This record gives sequence, C-alpha cells and structure tokens, in this order.
Amino acid sequence: MTDDRSGESDGPGGRQVRYDQARYVENGRYEPLLSEKDLTRVEIDGGREDGDESEETVNSPLPDDLTRDSLELPALSEPELARHYTRLSQMVYGIDSGPYPLGSCTMKYNPPFTEDVAALASAAVHPDRSERSIQGTLELLYRLQDYLARIGGMDAVTLQPPAGAAGEFVGVRIAAAYHDHRDDDRDEVIVPESAHGTNFATAALGGYDVVELPSDDGGRVDLEALEAALSERTAALMLTNPNTLGLFERDIVEIAQRVHDVGGLLYYDGANLNALLGRVRPGDMGFDVMHYNVHKTFATPHGGGGPGAGPVGVSEQLAPFLPSPRVRKVGGSSDTGSDSSGGGGDSGDDIGGGTRGREPTYELFEPERTIGKVHGYHGNWLVLVKAFAYVARLGDEGLADASAKAVLNANYLASQIEYDVPYEPFHHEFVASAGEQDAADVAKRMLDYGVHPPTTKWPEIVPEALMTEPTEIESKATLDRLAGAFNAVAREDDADLEAAPGRTTARRIDQTSAARTPRLSWQALERE
Amino acid sequence: MHGTHDAGSPYAPHTDDERTAMLEAIGAETVEDLFDVPAGVAFDGEYGIDSRSERETRRLVRSILGRNDGLTELLGRGHYGYYVPSLVDHLADRSEFLTSYTQYQPEISQGFLQALFEYQSLLVELTGLEVANCSMYDAATALGEAATLADRIRDASGTRVLVPDRLASGKRRTLENYVAGTDLVVETYPTDDGIVDLEGFERRVEGGGAGGDETDAVMVYAENPTVRGTIEENLSAIGSIADDADALFVLGSDPVALALLERPADVGADVVVGDASVLGLPTSFGMGLGLFATSETYLRQVPGRLVGASEDATDRRTFTLTLQTREQHIRRERATSNICTNQAWVALRTAIHVGALGPRGLVELASRSVTRAEELAERVDDLTGVTAPVHDRRHFREFVAHVDQPARAIASDLQKRGFAVHVVDDHEIQLCVAGVPDERLDSFVATLEEVVG
Ligand SMILES: Cc1ncc(COP(=O)(O)O)c(C=O)c1O
Repeated sequence: MTDDRSGESDGPGGRQVRYDQARYVENGRYEPLLSEKDLTRVEIDGGREDGDESEETVNSPLPDDLTRDSLELPALSEPELARHYTRLSQMVYGIDSGPYPLGSCTMKYNPPFTEDVAALASAAVHPDRSERSIQGTLELLYRLQDYLARIGGMDAVTLQPPAGAAGEFVGVRIAAAYHDHRDDDRDEVIVPESAHGTNFATAALGGYDVVELPSDDGGRVDLEALEAALSERTAALMLTNPNTLGLFERDIVEIAQRVHDVGGLLYYDGANLNALLGRVRPGDMGFDVMHYNVHKTFATPHGGGGPGAGPVGVSEQLAPFLPSPRVRKVGGSSDTGSDSSGGGGDSGDDIGGGTRGREPTYELFEPERTIGKVHGYHGNWLVLVKAFAYVARLGDEGLADASAKAVLNANYLASQIEYDVPYEPFHHEFVASAGEQDAADVAKRMLDYGVHPPTTKWPEIVPEALMTEPTEIESKATLDRLAGAFNAVAREDDADLEAAPGRTTARRIDQTSAARTPRLSWQALERE
Repeated sequence: MHGTHDAGSPYAPHTDDERTAMLEAIGAETVEDLFDVPAGVAFDGEYGIDSRSERETRRLVRSILGRNDGLTELLGRGHYGYYVPSLVDHLADRSEFLTSYTQYQPEISQGFLQALFEYQSLLVELTGLEVANCSMYDAATALGEAATLADRIRDASGTRVLVPDRLASGKRRTLENYVAGTDLVVETYPTDDGIVDLEGFERRVEGGGAGGDETDAVMVYAENPTVRGTIEENLSAIGSIADDADALFVLGSDPVALALLERPADVGADVVVGDASVLGLPTSFGMGLGLFATSETYLRQVPGRLVGASEDATDRRTFTLTLQTREQHIRRERATSNICTNQAWVALRTAIHVGALGPRGLVELASRSVTRAEELAERVDDLTGVTAPVHDRRHFREFVAHVDQPARAIASDLQKRGFAVHVVDDHEIQLCVAGVPDERLDSFVATLEEVVG
C-alpha cells in the first residue's frame, strides 16, 4: 500500500481517482487530544463572592460542602480551538466529501439553506412558553404534521419521537395501549429476520416477546410462515416496504388482511420511504401505524450519528393514543381541530410574509387516551424545522422525482458492478454479495478509492452483504466512479483487502483490542 | 453535461440524456418500469404540496416563525438558553461533521470519533464516574434508560423506582413509558422545602410508604439542582441510604451545574443523567442531549454508543466505536437499548462550547448562575406582593417566587410587556437567569414592579 498507484480506480468512465485523507502526525502520533494540548486545574474556593482570585482558584458563592473541590479541563485559546476542530473535521468523510451509499441510511444531500432557517432567531423559543406567544412554532409543527399525514396516507401525526427507533417505540406503546383498551392481552410482536436491529430491540423494550419471521426464497415475507406466526397473541407485525433487500412486499394487502384478521396491528418502519414518494402510501397498503425517518427521507443532516427525528403517523382509530401533546388548529379557515390530510390544499399563498388575513390559531392538546411522552418536550425541534423546509421546497413534484431518481440510481449502479445481486427487482437500494471476499474487507478497501462503502454484512440473508443505497443525488458520472471502486476491489486479492485502508487518516483499526481493554476517556489513557 | 436538467428534485443532478443512457444500461424503458408495485396499492393522487424556490421556502419559514412573539425568556426548568459562542456554530457546521453518519468505518471518521471521545472525557471529569456514553436523546430518555439499566442489574426482588414528588412532567411521563415493558413501577418520595425530605425518603426506600410493606426499591432518582432551582444539601445521605438498600442511585444534573456543585462520584451516584446541551445549544424548544454516565461496574450494561481508544496497523493510537455487542444492530432483542441514531452532533457542539469556556470560564459561569439567581430573588423579594425565594435554600440559575395576585394573571401581564416566566402554581412563578443579560434583568424587575403594583 506504500505504492502510490494502488487505490487509483479505472472505472467504466475511465476516470482516475486517487484519494488521500488529511493526516497529521506529530512525534509518531496522530492529532493530539484536547487534553494533550492543555489541561488546567482550577480550585474552587468556597463561600466567597469576592476577594482575591489567583490563577489557580475561582471564588465560589457557595459553601465548600455544596461544591466540588476542583475542575480540570483543557484551556485553549479560541484560535487553538478553531484549529483543533477544523483538523478533526478534515479527518471525517461526509456526504459533501463524496458518494456515501450506506444502505438503509439514505445519505442524501443536506441542503444548507435548511440550516439557515433552523438558525432563525424566531425559532429559538422555550418549550414552556404560552401557546399564544409561540403561534409560529405551533403553526410550523401543525403544517409538518399535515405534510407527513399526506405523504404517509395517515390520519394523524406526532412529531415527538427524536429518532426512528423512538418512533418504533411509540408504535409499540400505541399497540399496547390499543389492545389494553380493548381488554385484549397480547404478548408477541412479529419481526422479519431481515429487519433492522432496532425493530427487535424496540419490541423487547416494550415488553414483548419477539417472534422472528423467516423470508421466502424470493426474499420477501413467507406467507406460510406468517400464518404460523400469527395468533391472538400477536400485538403487531413490524415491516418495512420495500424491505431491507430493496424488494417490494407484493403481498402487502394480503399480509395486512391476515394481521388484521387475528386482531393485530401492522407497523411500517419508514426507513425505506425514499423509494415510494409520490407512488405508494403506507396507509393505502394497510399499515395502521408508521414512523417517518426524516434524517433519511427528508434530508436532515445525520450529524455524525444524530440528531434525527422519527415522527409517527397513525390511522384514525389509533389517533387517541398518540403521545402528548399534539398540535391542532382552531378557528381560521377550513378544518377545525383535526389534522387529517386533505384539509384544503397547501396554503402556500402566504409567503409574502406581509399582511395575513384572519389567521388561524394553534393550540396544544392531550389526546384522549395518550400513551404519554417519549421525550421530555417536543422532540428534536431544530430537525423538524429543517424537515419542514425540505418538504416545502420539493413539493409533490420534487418528492416524486427524488424517489424516481433514487430507484433509477440504485438500478443503474447495480447494473455497472461485477458483484452478484441475488435479489431483484429492488428499488432504492440493493444488496450485493461480496462472494468469496469478506464484505468488511471490501468496505475497508473501498475507502482508498475515495468513496464511502455500503453497509456490510446485513441483511444476513445475503452472504457477505454489501447493502447499497446511492440515493437520488448522485449523477451518472459519480455512479460510474462508484462502480469503478466496487469493480476495482472485486478484482483485488485478499491480501490487498486485508491491508486496506492505506489512504485514510488511520490504517486498519484493531477492534478486538479496543473491546478487550476499554479505554473510554483521556483519563483512562492517562492511567495506562 | 448533455441534455437539459430534469424537472423535479433540485438536488437530483440528472439530465434527460443521462436518464435515457442509464435506463438503456439497465434495460428498462421508463423509470416507472423499475417500480415493482401491484396496481392495487399504487397511489395516483397528489399530496397537494407546492414546490418552491429556495428563496420562497426561506420566506415561508421566516413568515411562519415570525408569528412567534419576541419575548425575553426567564424560563428554565430543564431547558436553558445560555449564550452559545459563534465559534460553536461555525465549527460544528463544517459539512464533514454535519453530513457524516455513525462511524461504522472508523479509519475514515477519526475526527468525529476523537471529538466524541473528548466529549466522553469531559463528562468523566464533570461526574467523576468512569464511563460516559456519547449520547442519549435527552434528559428524560436518559432517565428512562437508567431505569432499564436498574432493571437489568437488580437483585430479583425489587420493583420500585423512586422519584421526587416534584419532577418535571416530561421526565416522569417518559420514564413511565420506558418502564412499561418491565415490572418496575414508578413511585414518589416527598420533598421538604424544595429538597429531598430525608426521613420521608428513607421510609420510602425501606418500603414503609403509605401502602405498607412494599418490595425493595431498585432505583432512586434525585436532582441537583432540582426542577425548582434549589441546590440539594443532602446528596451524600441520599447516596448512602440508596447504597444500604442496594438501590441504584441515579442523579440528574447538567454540565454547568456539575462544574461547581458536588461531584456525583463523591456522593455515591451510580449513574448521572441530564441534559448536556445546556452548553452547545441555544434555546431550542426542548431539543436536548441526553447525558449518561456511570461507573465502570456497569460497563457491559451501558446503553448507547461508546468510543474507545485502539491502535491501527501502524500502532498509532486511534479511536473507534467499541463494545458494540451491547447494541441493537448486533444483540437485537437482547440489546441494552433500542437507540441507534443519537445526538452526536449536539455532543460535538457541547464539547466545543466547553472548550471555548475552559475550566475557569465554566466554573465562573456556574458561579454566576448562583449569584445572579440569588440577587434577582432578593430584588423581586423587595417588591410588594412578591416573596422570593419560596424555599429557604441556595439556588442555581432559577428560583420560585410567591406572588400575592394570581400567578397566571401576572404572567400574562408580563407577557404583554415582553417577558415570559413560568407559572408553577396558583400563586407561584418561577424565574430563571440563564442567558438573560443583566440589563434585561433590570428591566424585568422594573416591569414586575409595575405589574404587581
Ligand atoms: C430499516 C431501519 N429501521 C430503523 C432504523 C432506526 O432508525 P434511527 O436510527 O433513526 O433510530 C434504521 C436506521 O438506522 C433502519 O435502517
């Protein structure tokens, strides 16, 4: 890997791409920790409000028995801090760095103007403000509820869950409350074997036994297995559609029917909604409850792991169970007190910002049989502002096109790579198999070609899985380059793969050592 | 680029020529042919959402949010609006930070991993506990996760989780949902003049509550400062009562308070939860950053993501997500939590903010949170018709004031004059100084005088 030429890809487009990530090495070690740049201890001197402060002490207004003795943290100047974090940022690869086809994560471009609207001073309000004084915030939430209801074909929406998994938790708790309300004791949630880990974990958090559902040979729900799994113990079936292989569950109407026949609810995991915008609505497929993953479908930034938001939509019969509070419109135009879809079209006529006619007012209310709360306040507000802005920017036309191009891109990319894609016809993502190669090694080697690799080794139904979701934002040229990276790696031998990556800030990292001897803080490193 | 840009998403770069070439390569006639959707479920209607230019969209959002009144907020009770230095915005908004995701490929994500490792270390220093994860959603869900931790590690018999009778309702209600799948029950213990009533607390821990003999307490939760702004005086006693009962002692706090108040490790806390975005985020309608720290004893039971140090093939020190076998993507229904997407970017902001303050700046900010709150209490106490603070305790950031007139009317009069305060009871308002400049506090006192006069 010391050879400068390794890692240059000669893709179908004939482009030579060579990538080197920033790497600072000082005295044989990478960029120092903040604590290695400085650590300063200040003593806390109790019970004095004024008097002499030395360099090492800070006076405290509290008696010593109410305070700690000292605090030791880095004390860096602002320019030093700016350099520290700028360097760190150079050692991170984001969507703005290049393609990021991480399957199931919908890493699409995050338009920066959404940051601007989230940073508006008028958005910075406290959650305990009177409803009368935050009509703007409530209106935005109401309109986003309405947008999402229309997109999902749902009757009512909560914006409270702070991520997809939290949305799932709302779904599971709603299922519990719904069955409970009907004096119906149910203790199982059915989850397909190819589902995301959060589905299993969330069902368990809700106190349910998880029943794992095998797939049929085509990679979809096995109807016979479903029949065997369903019973009067079934609280819900959690599904995503297209499923994690990118395949549409063609029997969805039949599946919904069977789940409903035994009295269960059908939950839609919205992780894959980017395949369906403008074409299929979960509500129309028979789903009773769903989450929207706004950091995927609606382009809010993933922020190195979060924050996201996982609003939940439900059918009419489940609306009374939604978390508290929700927002409703009172007075003003058409639909009073209901946020069901279709309330007179998108009132996009008020963008002048000047004189607005008789303005409706908005209020918070507690749904009749609410499950309570899954967040201390209203969820990840700043993320919701960005999601609203994205949907308002794209509208029907942009959203439908996003799905069209997401599906086009996945199909085109798959047609250009040499790895086998065992399950078809897929939509916005596909799962290739690395075959004889180790998928994790393939991913490491792809890093050297200046692209982010796919999700690896999941779903397990495909051996050595490379779960790939290019999203709508990549051009043909970028997809060609990406395919070039796949294909170059496909032709390399195991030794090359095992030695990768060579061009990233760090070389291959030893996972076993990290777990065997956990060192989770700079304090732990100092103790070594 | 050949051809014209397709109408539709402004962020999909395809031209019509490219689209055609791609379809040809796939062997499909149209994009619609790529969709394997049975006719019965296809949606042929419209959402009815208009498309807008970027400029129009910005105007729309500005116009909607423009309906918020611009008030000076003396609001707290768990969500605070400290000034966030510009540096935090500019550094955190670097697109590599903003547009990356969970560090599944550590070799290409060292920068974020190091920032999160540093964030964990800051919390280790602040709490004195050995392990801090790199985020839960918010304080309420972190409290819920602490309860499920207590459930996993408890000795068989107990089922009770004890929380103060005065607890923010968002926390209490979230906690109820997190324990709903276990056999744990949430019960309260009494407070006395704003802090824990030690005798009543001990009785509840021992199971001698109103209900007579009850099962063991498996977890007790206390806060410092409390939701009413008081500083808890008996933390060590609370810690040893919890310890004697073998109950997990969970302490709620935040990074500003932790910089000055008693160190959780010194009072026997097993877990610290709270909102770390008190630093890093401005007022954000309750959006937060769940702080979760605990002792090494519970390392294998910690929920959420952990960054650890390791070595790479050149033997240099590096960082990576570690102990992932606790997590949902590996352990599925036996995971320690269902969390996946977390609040990593907020943790980055918090770490930068702490860095910008430094140890002295942080302790001074905390000290001012005491002096400014207590000074404001004195000043409003001087007004006729106001008694403050209600509790004869030391205060942090905020305090409760008694008002002779109905609190609701006073709050509403204040709102008309540009100030927002909490109404916490018929004759009680709560005032918080965090982030409010001195001159605004002066004019608040003058305004309150008018209103109560
Ligand atoms: C299929 C699927 N379901 C659920 C989730 C969980 O969503 P979140 O990470 O927002 O909690 C994810 C994503 O990470 C996913 O890919």
